[in-house]
Amino acid sequence: MSLLELDDVKVHFPVKKGVFFDRTVGHVYAVDGISLSVEAGQTYGLVGESGCGKTTLGRAVLRLVDITSGEVVFDGTDLAKLPDEEMRQFRRRLQMVFQDPLGSLNPRQNIESILSEGMAAHGIGTDRADRREKIKAILARVGLPANSLSRYPHEFSGGQRQRIGIARALVLEPDVIICDEPVSALDVSIQAQVINLLEELQESLGLTYLVIAHDLAVVRHISDVIGVMYLGSLVEEAPSDALYAGPKHPYTRALMSAVPVPDPEVEDRRERILLQGDLPSPANPPAGCRFHTRCPWVQEKCALERPVLTDLGDGHKVACHFAAEIENGTIGLTRATGIEAVVGTDKSADVDAAEPVADKVPAAKVPAQKASVEDAVVVAKPVAVEDEVVVETPVAVEAPVAGKSVAEKPADVDTDADVAAENESDEAAAPEEEAVDKAVPEDKAVDKDKAVPEDKPASDEVADAAGTGAGGKTGSA
Amino acid sequence: MTTLTKRADKIDRLAELTQQTESTSGASLWREALRRLRNSKMAIIGAVVIGLFVVMAIVGPWVAPYSPTAQTWRGEVFANQGKFVGMRGENWFGLDHLGRDLFSRMLVGARQTLLVGVVSMLIGLVIGAVVGILSGAAATLGGKVGQRIDTVIMRITDLMLSLPSLLLAVSVAAVMGQSLTTVMIAVGVVQIPVFARLLRGSMLAQGGADYVLAAKALGIRKKRIVLTQILPNSLSPVIVQATLSLATAIIEAAALSYLGLGNPDPAIPEWGVMLSQAQRFFDNEPMMAAYPAVGIIITALGFTLLGEAMREALDPKLRG
Amino acid sequence: MALLNVDQLSVTFGGRGRKDSIAVDGVSFTVDQGQVVGLVGESGCGKSVTSLALMGLLPEKGVKVGGRVEFDGQDLLTISRRKLRDMRGSQLAMIFQDPLSSLNPVIPIGIQVTEILQRHRGLKGEAARKEAADLLDRVGIPDPRRRLKEYPHQLSGGMRQRALIAMAVACAPRLLIADEPTTALDVTIQAQILELLKELVDQEGTALLMITHDLGVVAGICDEVNVLYAGRAVESAGRRELFAAPTHPYAHGLLGSIPRLDAPRGEPLRPIRGSINDKIAWADGCAFAPRCDYYTMECLTGTPELTEPRTAGHQVRCVNPVLPKAEVSA
Repeated sequence: MSLLELDDVKVHFPVKKGVFFDRTVGHVYAVDGISLSVEAGQTYGLVGESGCGKTTLGRAVLRLVDITSGEVVFDGTDLAKLPDEEMRQFRRRLQMVFQDPLGSLNPRQNIESILSEGMAAHGIGTDRADRREKIKAILARVGLPANSLSRYPHEFSGGQRQRIGIARALVLEPDVIICDEPVSALDVSIQAQVINLLEELQESLGLTYLVIAHDLAVVRHISDVIGVMYLGSLVEEAPSDALYAGPKHPYTRALMSAVPVPDPEVEDRRERILLQGDLPSPANPPAGCRFHTRCPWVQEKCALERPVLTDLGDGHKVACHFAAEIENGTIGLTRATGIEAVVGTDKSADVDAAEPVADKVPAAKVPAQKASVEDAVVVAKPVAVEDEVVVETPVAVEAPVAGKSVAEKPADVDTDADVAAENESDEAAAPEEEAVDKAVPEDKAVDKDKAVPEDKPASDEVADAAGTGAGGKTGSA
Repeated sequence: MTTLTKRADKIDRLAELTQQTESTSGASLWREALRRLRNSKMAIIGAVVIGLFVVMAIVGPWVAPYSPTAQTWRGEVFANQGKFVGMRGENWFGLDHLGRDLFSRMLVGARQTLLVGVVSMLIGLVIGAVVGILSGAAATLGGKVGQRIDTVIMRITDLMLSLPSLLLAVSVAAVMGQSLTTVMIAVGVVQIPVFARLLRGSMLAQGGADYVLAAKALGIRKKRIVLTQILPNSLSPVIVQATLSLATAIIEAAALSYLGLGNPDPAIPEWGVMLSQAQRFFDNEPMMAAYPAVGIIITALGFTLLGEAMREALDPKLRG
Repeated sequence: MALLNVDQLSVTFGGRGRKDSIAVDGVSFTVDQGQVVGLVGESGCGKSVTSLALMGLLPEKGVKVGGRVEFDGQDLLTISRRKLRDMRGSQLAMIFQDPLSSLNPVIPIGIQVTEILQRHRGLKGEAARKEAADLLDRVGIPDPRRRLKEYPHQLSGGMRQRALIAMAVACAPRLLIADEPTTALDVTIQAQILELLKELVDQEGTALLMITHDLGVVAGICDEVNVLYAGRAVESAGRRELFAAPTHPYAHGLLGSIPRLDAPRGEPLRPIRGSINDKIAWADGCAFAPRCDYYTMECLTGTPELTEPRTAGHQVRCVNPVLPKAEVSA
């Protein structure tokens, strides 16, 4: 039995409209059926881009947002169904560290007051002096000077503020700490301090972490297990090393290939899967696989059927119909995009770009489509398809570099080659693509499915979006 | 040994060089705001004007050279048949139509004016704040029921806001009759929706802040979240508004007195009433109206200056 | 002669009754045609102020700017405001971190783009609209004709940044200054934008000054890198030299404190201690000394000069640099 288990958790924010009486006109599917389990003493890293619902999920665990359905089982108790007062008491054991170190501290309370507030609420410590002793011990533990007690949050630096936030969680002696982007607001050199502190605390106190972050490198560094989220659901979950060694879901692959590494050697050899287009709105998620509108390997089935998270063995779970086929190469990019491209093998096909011409898309007829998909198409505005795929494999640097002037050269050569190849393929691709479009019906179907309304950037604050942007959009659709 | 002293030297030197960046400790935001207020010219001028006014209100009756009600020079004024006595050695501001010393009346009247301003502002502030806290707390933490309550309260305040303030004050005064209390209540009632809306809005804004979420995550009770987290951070605009509405309260009280709804008792001078009485003689003796009018304007200006300076000092965006 | 020649640029903020604070303290670097130069550092290192100073966008009141900024032979700090205004947009252009607040929210994208074309290239009406659509198309915005009519809030973050880049390159500027252009964006979108910028530099020969805190971005795109600390460059080198052998303790520490995606799990991070607040004035010594693991008495007795302890062109401002033997002992 894991310490924390989520079973099919859904958080849907109603989109309301109306002058006098609010009418629910739709939902933002911020978290849409997530199951995961966090083992005691381990770190579960949840990674995804803004708008994927990771922050909402973290808040749902603590019931800071209303859970629409599903179970959050902590130590044998389903938190989702607890009455408010009992939930409040449970919060002592589940704590949270926030992204914005300054914003999450009350500016008008001094440090002692901030730290003792939670203790008082849970009846920890007998009197003020006793609490003060406890607080002093915790402050020393997180590396803050003892004279911090009477000072106010604005008098500290960013890193110190985050330490205060961690101390605030620690004074309650929790079992689980949910870290929501614990370092993303901090400077690079400070990030490492805080990450090390979190690791140190876990080791000495046996804490369990649920770390939510957009930075894959940070998550990989501290997590035992990583879950990758996309548009409200988990697309892949695996032990940290396994995920890095062999990402199986196309989204994870793209994400991983996009993370910059501070090493020019790696950057130059990098094979980047450039996802085109943006995240669809969580208020109007695409049917079938959530990722199919941007997936470079998309198949007909992807638009129809939502893949479930399946275990491939060794705890590596992936929600993709074709994970195995993509891995062993039976499905290439070719069939999905109408371009002949083989990933990372043939140097002659360095760069391939296809630009599906926008006005062609609505005109395309879909021969054999299931009703659900057609509905989606009808609802959708004929928005341009932006899902072109560029996979590049720059020519490897050939000779070891000596001297500065030479150092720049190989890079130039690389890029020139890229450009040339790209120009060629650009010109070549357009007519060719048209032909393919006509020839292969499923591609058109796919293209058409991609015509999902481009929406506003879905921010992490989906709740906000529910009230404003997404509301209007849904209404108009 | 040498390495040890070298290290000590290094540390000493470093401490010496970094000392200048050491920040002051334990300064709360209120104290910081006060520091900024002290550096603001606007605040100082406002505070000086208000200070003079308050001193005048307190000591006025004792330092006034003559009784404000004694019609000492009645004979002189009446004998002149409408000719007024202006400034002169024994009466600095001259005499009014009944032969009373205007300077003494101004000094004594300051107290009434201050009383009207402060009491009516307090009526508005206290009732408005209670309504605002109720509404704000219900809206931020009360769930669905709370939001209903909030909606109802806010529609009522909207209704109050939509009535012209002077009309509302006149109706209150008409119902309650002519007295100083009437004026104070009338002016205060007008301020209630202003404070209520302001505090609620401010609480709503703070209610969405991360530290409130953090407090919830800590398991702090809702009542305490409202009192220790949301409320203290929502007060600054209300404090500024209170200062500013002191100015409007004084002016509105004067306006009501001017309309004849003020204190009819001639024994207690009040600037608004004085202004109202002076209008009959405006053609012959404009100065009689000018003294209370200028007094009211300067006082109101003082409160406005201080209020604006406080707004700047309390603005978190200008912190630094 | 390089296109942009920044020599001993300094920016001091002072105000009524406030102590002067030095934001930029003698920064020198050059940017050539078709070159990408990076200014890297953490918040408070003066990188953004440098970019604003180059563009002449600092407020005139309370700011003292010193040194020389030569662009194509003209000193940008001394030429007339009017002339500078003409150059901005046509020869110099800037991309900001937050694409939403850099676009006017109440004016459609199209008008914002055509306005620039009108002002600097004299295009009008349909010609301007066509050119604007072409520009949007070039930066990868699909269906540009329709997008021209849309307001900034209707575009996604990545699209907005693209629109901003389209506006910046509308007049084929010779120098593009990008201030944290991808910081507000998601990694997959960041990859798109970086690719776009690379393309611009390669195809148009635009000089790009890249200001960022992200060493990963620098490693991918910059030819030359200047690492800034407390208003001064502490290390300048080609990206390969820098990343292969970070020599200033600060650059060395920065690289050691970043979790790398390709590093095996469990490899400990080596953070730099303290924070940017723990610094001393450059006049008194090395500003980084309070956070430095290698500092000596010498570091505290005067401003260290730029030297080249490793290879030619690899400049380091440190009296006790991290050289191979130090790495071993540390």
